[in-house]
Amino acid sequence: MKQTITFNLNGEPVEVEIEPHLTLLQLLRDKLEMTGTKEGCGMGECGACTVLLDGKAINSCIFPALEVEGRNVTTIEGIMDSQGNLHPIQKSFIEHGAIQCGFCTPGMILSAKALLDENPNPSEEEIRNGIAGNLCRCTGYLQIIQAIKTVREQT
Amino acid sequence: MKKFDYLRPKSLEEALTLLNQYRERAKLIAGGTDVIVMIKQKQIAPEVLISLQEIQDLKQMKYNGNLRIGSLVTHRMIEKSELIRKEFTALSDAVEVLGSIQIRNVGTIGGNICTAAPSADTVPPLLVLGAQVQLKSLKGERVLPLDQLFLGPGETAIEQGEILTEIFIPKPLPHTGSAYWKHQRRKALDLPILGVAVMLSLDRSNVTCSDLICTSSPISTVLHALEGEEVVCKEVRIALGVAAPTPIRAVKAENLLRGKRLSDELLWEVAEMAAKEAQPRDTIRGEAWYRREMIRVFVKRMAMRCIERVLRPEETIFPERLW
Repeated sequence: MKQTITFNLNGEPVEVEIEPHLTLLQLLRDKLEMTGTKEGCGMGECGACTVLLDGKAINSCIFPALEVEGRNVTTIEGIMDSQGNLHPIQKSFIEHGAIQCGFCTPGMILSAKALLDENPNPSEEEIRNGIAGNLCRCTGYLQIIQAIKTVREQT
Repeated sequence: MKKFDYLRPKSLEEALTLLNQYRERAKLIAGGTDVIVMIKQKQIAPEVLISLQEIQDLKQMKYNGNLRIGSLVTHRMIEKSELIRKEFTALSDAVEVLGSIQIRNVGTIGGNICTAAPSADTVPPLLVLGAQVQLKSLKGERVLPLDQLFLGPGETAIEQGEILTEIFIPKPLPHTGSAYWKHQRRKALDLPILGVAVMLSLDRSNVTCSDLICTSSPISTVLHALEGEEVVCKEVRIALGVAAPTPIRAVKAENLLRGKRLSDELLWEVAEMAAKEAQPRDTIRGEAWYRREMIRVFVKRMAMRCIERVLRPEETIFPERLW
């Protein structure tokens, strides 16, 4: 039995009819064609599917889509400014070579954003903890940590 | 993933009524960080999920000396609680290392208990803190000590039609410290090879040798000094995760220590007894002999960490020092 939900996606209201067993990741990618959010392990371990729910990082691959009713979801597509400029974290990732294959990047950037929004001046230890739920298999952690540190210093 | 219907009752009464209506065809879901994974892995195939997320009462924490934690409180809320860090420290230790931030933002303490994994990180701390759980059904409610809840891996004493609504933790005795150690291969996102929680209540916290803790003196030196001052252990609880089919208390080990004067020799005996009492098995994460050996090591270290937290509660002492 399909159900209708309304929620806020990247600042825009969305109303959509979905099957109740969908995960938030399936809703985003398959129904709304927002494919910036990636599916890695599909079991809540790798963090590739990370999105922000009311500003907090969650794994969308194991999150029931119906639970976003009335709430705010932010994906990688939604963090540019209104002129279409990349977010400072995105720019910093590019500048520091913190991207290789790019598959972990949307999740990594959203975890970094959740961290910096809550704690604008994190220590290296706090940065490491902040991205502990995001696996990168190109071994780019050092560049990623450096990229996040640099955003911290700029703002 | 297998299809299911998804219901979001607005009140506990409504949830209980739905649970009674669908019975074994339904599964309760809190954060879903276990339930959705179990469905994806085809371990369970419920026709209906009944979500408890709309029931705001279950998301409250109340403190009046005793602590009541609603079953839908997330690990992240517990992690951020200064009160829990100060008064119920072992629980803070556990939620800091549970899953990832993404999991902790969603996963709940009630869910961690009800999944009843032998490796559940919050359970050994709750056992040493003397937690009880409140179970509600259409027929009424009952309170169960947490150490009576677990029957086997994934099995609990929660009956059909009951919902775990609240975790009750009594006010600790004066001069109490608690600590949890998650023994794991990586620093994040791992399941424990072993979980060790200890809570110790001393007869006093004013000892002249407390400065010793802040030095790099070995444990035995610190304990010899404490022994000289006749510091007595008033109460103790020890709990182990992944050391038996369910999380367990090491009751015989506790009995060796309760009411006795602290000494290096006695803490070794207690740790040995805890290792004997456990029934660990060989798994992919670690072999039984290794787990037993680590129980011995970490029961003693966590006891020392409790003592440290009683004697110098305001300080972080040698963060890298593994008591």
